[in-house]
Amino acid sequence: MPSFSLKINGNTVTITADADTPLLWVLRDELNMVGTKYGCGIGQCGACTVHIDGTATRSCLIPVSAVEGKVTTIEGLSEDGSHPVQEAWKEIDVPQCGYCQSGQIMTAASFLKENPNPSQAEIREAMNGNICRCASYNRIEKAVAVAAQKSN
Amino acid sequence: METQNTTFTFSRRNFLRTTALASGGMLIGFNLFTACKSEVEMPVDIASLNFNDFNAFIKIADNGMVTIFSPNPEIGQGVKTSMPMIIAEELDVPWKHVHVAQGILDNKNYQRQVAGGSQSIRFGWDALRQTGATARQMLVNAAAARWGVDASTCTASEGVITNEKGETLGYGDVVKEAAVLEVPEDVTLKDPKDYKIIGTDAVNVDIDKIITGKPLFGLDYRADGMKYAVVMRPPAFGKKLVSFDDTAAKAVTGVEEVVRFGDKVAVLATSTWAAMKGKKALTAEWEDDSELESTEDHDKKLTEILDGNKFDERRNDGNVDVAFANADKVIERTYESPFLPHNCMEPMNFYADVKPDKIHLVGPIQTPSGTARRVAEMLERNEDEVYLEMTRMGGGFGRRLYGDFVMEAAEISSLTSKPVKVVYTREDDMAAGIYRPAIKYRIAASLKDGKITGYHLKEAAINRNMYGLIPHFFPAGCIENYKVETGNYQSNITVGAWRAPYTNFLAFAEQSFFDELATELGQDPVQLRIDLLQNVKGNTDERIEYSGERMEETIKLVAEKSNWGKMPEGVYQGFAAYYSHNTHVAEVADIEMDSFGNPVVKKITVAVDCGIVVNPTGAKNQIEGGVIDGMGHSMYSDFGFANGAPTATNFDRYRLIRMTETPQVETYFVENGLSPTGLGEPGLPPAGGAIANAIKAATGERLTQQPFVKYMGKEVKEVEG
Repeated sequence: MPSFSLKINGNTVTITADADTPLLWVLRDELNMVGTKYGCGIGQCGACTVHIDGTATRSCLIPVSAVEGKVTTIEGLSEDGSHPVQEAWKEIDVPQCGYCQSGQIMTAASFLKENPNPSQAEIREAMNGNICRCASYNRIEKAVAVAAQKSN
Repeated sequence: METQNTTFTFSRRNFLRTTALASGGMLIGFNLFTACKSEVEMPVDIASLNFNDFNAFIKIADNGMVTIFSPNPEIGQGVKTSMPMIIAEELDVPWKHVHVAQGILDNKNYQRQVAGGSQSIRFGWDALRQTGATARQMLVNAAAARWGVDASTCTASEGVITNEKGETLGYGDVVKEAAVLEVPEDVTLKDPKDYKIIGTDAVNVDIDKIITGKPLFGLDYRADGMKYAVVMRPPAFGKKLVSFDDTAAKAVTGVEEVVRFGDKVAVLATSTWAAMKGKKALTAEWEDDSELESTEDHDKKLTEILDGNKFDERRNDGNVDVAFANADKVIERTYESPFLPHNCMEPMNFYADVKPDKIHLVGPIQTPSGTARRVAEMLERNEDEVYLEMTRMGGGFGRRLYGDFVMEAAEISSLTSKPVKVVYTREDDMAAGIYRPAIKYRIAASLKDGKITGYHLKEAAINRNMYGLIPHFFPAGCIENYKVETGNYQSNITVGAWRAPYTNFLAFAEQSFFDELATELGQDPVQLRIDLLQNVKGNTDERIEYSGERMEETIKLVAEKSNWGKMPEGVYQGFAAYYSHNTHVAEVADIEMDSFGNPVVKKITVAVDCGIVVNPTGAKNQIEGGVIDGMGHSMYSDFGFANGAPTATNFDRYRLIRMTETPQVETYFVENGLSPTGLGEPGLPPAGGAIANAIKAATGERLTQQPFVKYMGKEVKEVEG
C-alpha cells in the first residue's frame, strides 16, 4: 500500500492506505480521530465535514491521495473546546443525539471565517448542506449567530 | 383521567441496596421494575419492544463529588441529563458537583433499561426521587450519629448536613458511615416549590465531548484485534441467496475473511473502507423466495381493505350506522402515507466479541436487555455470559429498538471467532430497514343539526395495526357514536415502530379531518375542539387516558401564544392538537406564500402539558426537534418499493428536511405541577395536521396524502361518499 504524508491539526502524520481511501476513513480508522462522522458517504449530509486550508470539505468524498494542504478536524478546531462556535454550541445547548454536530460546527466555523457578520438568511443558506436528523436546526441557527457575535 | 394518577408502590426493603465501595464511597441501587407496579397500561407495544427492567446508581466520593449512573439508553432524547437531575434534586447536591455516567446493562442489578415510548421520565419519576431522598436521609442519619443527635434535628442541603448548633459535615465526610446504615423505611420527598435543580436548564451532560469530537457513539468504538464487517444482504425483500463469488472481494487490500450466514455474506477487513470495497466486489446469484412487492401493490391492497368488510373492531360506542342514517350530511376522506425508513444519522452498527466464556457486546441499542437475551438464545448460551455496554446513540427513532444488527455482529463473531464491528453503509441502513408501514385511514363523520353525531375510523396498514390505547384517544368519549376498525395486509417487508408509532400519521389524518368538519359546521376549529372536549370531562372509561381539562388548557395556551385568529393579511394559520405518550400537545402553524405561490411554513407555536418540566432547555429541544421532524416527514420524505427493492437508498434520492425549510418553533409549557410525562415523541404527531390545515387556509387545497410536496398543486384523488 502507498504511504501518504498528511498535515492534520498542526501535525504531520504518515499513513499507509489504498490511494482511493476517503480522508474520512483514514481519520477514523487509521488515526483514531473519530470526531469526524460517517453519515452518507456521498457528500449529502455534511457529517464528515473537515477544513482543508480553512475551507469546509466533505471528507467522505476526497481520496487520501488527493489531499493537499492543511487538514483541520473537530479535534483540532481548538485545543480545549474554546472556539467561539464550540462555545456558542454549548451556550445554546444545541445537540440532541449529537452525532451530526461536529460536521455542523466545522461548517459553521469555516462559514463565519468567510462571513463574520452574516444575516439570518445567510446562516440558513450556509448550513443547508448539513442534515440534523434530530432537527436541532433552530438552535444551530441561533448558535451560529451567537458565535458570530462572540468572534467580533 | 389524569395521567399523574399512575400509582407506584414501593417496598423500600426491595428497593434499595447499599454497598460500601472498596475504594470508599457509597453505592446505592434501586430496582424500579420490582419496586413499581403500574396500574396503567404502557402505551407502547410491549411485545415488540422486549421491555424489561431498569435501574440506576449513585456513587458519592469522599470529597463530596457525586457520580450518578444514568440507567436508560440515550438516543438524543436527553434522559442522560434529566434522569440524574431528578436523583440529584432529592439527594440535594449542587448540579455542578455531579458527574453523569452511562450505566451498563446488568440484568441482575439493573432492570428495565429501555429507550422507547417516551416513558423514561414518567416511569422513573417516583423511583428516581425516592433513590435520591433515601440516600440523602442515610447521609443525614450518619452525620446525626456522629454528632450524637437526633437525625430529625439535622438538615441537608447542597451536599452539606447541618445540625442545630450550626455545625456542618459534607456528604463526603460521612459517606463511609452512611453506606453501612440500615436503609430508612420512610423518607420525605421534597415539595416541588423547593426544587433547586428540577425546572432549571441543565446543558446536555455530554456537551463537551460532542463539541470536541470525543468518542461517544457505537461507530466510534474500537477494540484490540477488532475487524470491521460489512454485510451483503438480499437486494430485495422476497429474494434469497443461491450462491456467491468472493474472489474479487478477497483481492481487496485489507479484506481478511468472507463468511456466509443465512442469506447474508459478511466481509471482514482491517478497515471500514476495505470492508465496504470488499462487499461491493462480491457477486451473487439470488432467487425469488416470495412475492416481490411494489408500492402500487400496497396501494391497491390497502384500498381493497378499506373498501372491504374484514376488520377488527377496536372500539365501538353507540351506533355509527344509525347516526349516519339519520345525518343531515356525511363527510368521508381517505388519507395515505408511504413507508418511511428511520435514517438515524449514525448508521446501524454493533461490536461483538463472542468468546467461549463471555459474549462482549458494545454499541447503540434502545433495548439492551431484550437484545442481550436474544443473542444468548441465538448462540445457545447463558444470558449471564452476555456483557453489554451501551454507547450514546446517533439517533434512534424506533430503529434501535430492534436488535437485528446486534444479532448479525454476534453471529459473525461466533462464526469467525473474531471480535467484529458490523457497520452499515447508508445504503445498507436504508435498504435493510424496519420501516414505518404504509398506512391508509378512511374517516367518515355524520353531521346533524350543527353537531358531529358519529365518527367512523378505518385503518388499513401493512403487517401490523395501531396498538394499545390509540383507539381510545380523542375523539373517543367526545362523540356519542364512535367506531374504530383496523385491517392489515401481510407483507414480507419488515415494519416496526417509528417515532410516535401510528399516531405520527393518524394525527395528521384526524386533525385534518376535524379542520374540515369545522369548516362544514361553520365553526372555528379551536372553539369546535374545546366544545367537543367538554363531552369527555367526567368520563369514567379507564381506557380513555387523555384529559378534557388538560387538553383544553393546552389548546387555550397555544391559541393565546400564537395569536390565533388575529393574523395580519398574508399569514395563514392551521391548528392541531393531539395527545400521545401521556402528553398533551397543541400546535399552530403560520404559513406565508412565497413569490412563486408556494406555501412557506414560517413559525409553529406549540403548547405542551407534560406536567413538571424537569429540564426546560432539554424539553424545548425535544419539542423543537419533534415538530420539525414531523413537518419534514409530512412534507418531503417519500419511500417506496419496486419489485421488493427500496426506491431510495441514500440522501440523494431520499429527502430529509434541511435548515432553509425549517420554521421557527416557539414552545410554551402548561404549568400545573403534575407528575412529568415524556417528550421524545408527543411533539411530532400534531405537526403535519397543523401545517396541512394552514396550507388549506392559504391555498384552499386540502392535502390528504404524504409527503405534501409530491401532491401539492395536483388534483386531490377522488374521495368516496
